[in-house]
Amino acid sequence: MITLTINGSKISVEEGTTVAAAVICSGETAFRRSVTGEARGPLCGMGICFECRVTIDGEVLKRSCNITAIDGMEVSTDE
Amino acid sequence: MSEIGSEVLVIGGGAAGMSAALPASARAKVTVVDDNPLLGGQIWRAELGKIRSPEAKLLIESLEAGKITVINNAHVFGPDSYGRLLAESPDGTIQLKYEKLVLATGARERFLPFPGWTLPNILGAGGLQAMVKGGLSIENKRVVVAGTGPLLFAVADYLKAKGAIVVCIAEQAPAATIRRFALGLWRYPTKITQGTAMRIRLRDVPYLTNSWITGCIKSSGSSNAITATISRRGKTVSLDCDYVACGFHLVPSTELASVLGCRIEKGVVVVNEYQQTSVANIYCAGEPTGIGGIEASLVEGKIAGLSATGQTDAAREHFAERDKTRRFGKALNSAFALRAELKRLAGPDTIICRCEDVEYGRLTEFPSSREAKLQTRCGMGPCQGRICGAATEFLFGWEPGTVRPPIFPVKMENL
Repeated sequence: MITLTINGSKISVEEGTTVAAAVICSGETAFRRSVTGEARGPLCGMGICFECRVTIDGEVLKRSCNITAIDGMEVSTDE
Repeated sequence: MSEIGSEVLVIGGGAAGMSAALPASARAKVTVVDDNPLLGGQIWRAELGKIRSPEAKLLIESLEAGKITVINNAHVFGPDSYGRLLAESPDGTIQLKYEKLVLATGARERFLPFPGWTLPNILGAGGLQAMVKGGLSIENKRVVVAGTGPLLFAVADYLKAKGAIVVCIAEQAPAATIRRFALGLWRYPTKITQGTAMRIRLRDVPYLTNSWITGCIKSSGSSNAITATISRRGKTVSLDCDYVACGFHLVPSTELASVLGCRIEKGVVVVNEYQQTSVANIYCAGEPTGIGGIEASLVEGKIAGLSATGQTDAAREHFAERDKTRRFGKALNSAFALRAELKRLAGPDTIICRCEDVEYGRLTEFPSSREAKLQTRCGMGPCQGRICGAATEFLFGWEPGTVRPPIFPVKMENL
């Protein structure tokens, strides 16, 4: 199992899980806020639409659907 | 910036790209670059880091056994000087030098806007499947699968096997057209076998033809549930679910071909019989040359890989097979042609461009995507029009805007 932190809470997921799947697993559905403030989540699942973008280890605009979760990762959503 | 030189550079590690790399590697130094963590592309996307398809495994093993360099997690964002591409990777920018280039950049789903389509938990059909392969638990979740094309079937089959409750498959195409398409499949026995097996596994899932999604709202009560409305033979049906998986067939990904100057007509990369584009040292294979499915991708990849390394006689041996897969692609695209009613789903305040939140009502006054972009920022967000472009093409008949590098947003320091 892999343990990562999502919005301050620790969560364990199976090895090979994407960051996007881990975020939903943590109970969060709002990955980002749109220009007008709508909550958005993944759409394409393949790194095209940018709706699943989150902050990973301080780096912004990371497409969580295309990134595999690793131990100790810090993820924050809804920015 | 690191530098990698190859005689043949393949962009895309899906069916077409791998299929091109293998025969090319018999004659040349080959590099395959892919933006995913693992090879396999979309159709063979790994499940929790493991590829399941025996066919894909065999290809990947052959690639690894050969002298092929594979670079994962690298996003090609544009040309550098002549014969060089730039890619962004976790370790910074890579400069990719090539003599011959094979573009196998695949396709994406077409999304059509309807009221409520921007809510979380409404994903593409392939999109939701990809999320589940990436570890999203779908067990006992109710899923409405809607849109058009055989992908809906494959997705429903996959989700059900993973424990989802597939509420229904809403297919916009008319029953008669689908029946005609199915009858024409006798030429492709493997498609019949696959299709029949899926139909049996999905026997308790309603397959609604002439039916399309018209809207989604958050259900009252439970926070993440959705009520989807479906138009079915003139009547409106409401369905409660946890996820909507919605895709309207596929759109070729041609951005890289476009910035490299390859001729593109009617949304597809123009190639000759050797899969060579209008730029002499660039070849293209698979979905970017026209949506044709996996068999087309495999055979076009082979021809491109052989042709790019001067093995033209061997390439010719695959022409007949390629032409057969192209006939299948044509039949597929005409059977699942989009009906005009789908142009009227969006209301004035339905968002069309999700990156910039541009509503339908603000777009109707413009004659072209260029005008709309200048006035409303439609298509100017990070997806660079990849999602809304396919929609406005269908809704308004707009040609997609001109592609400029970087074709993906890139960190300043990597440019």
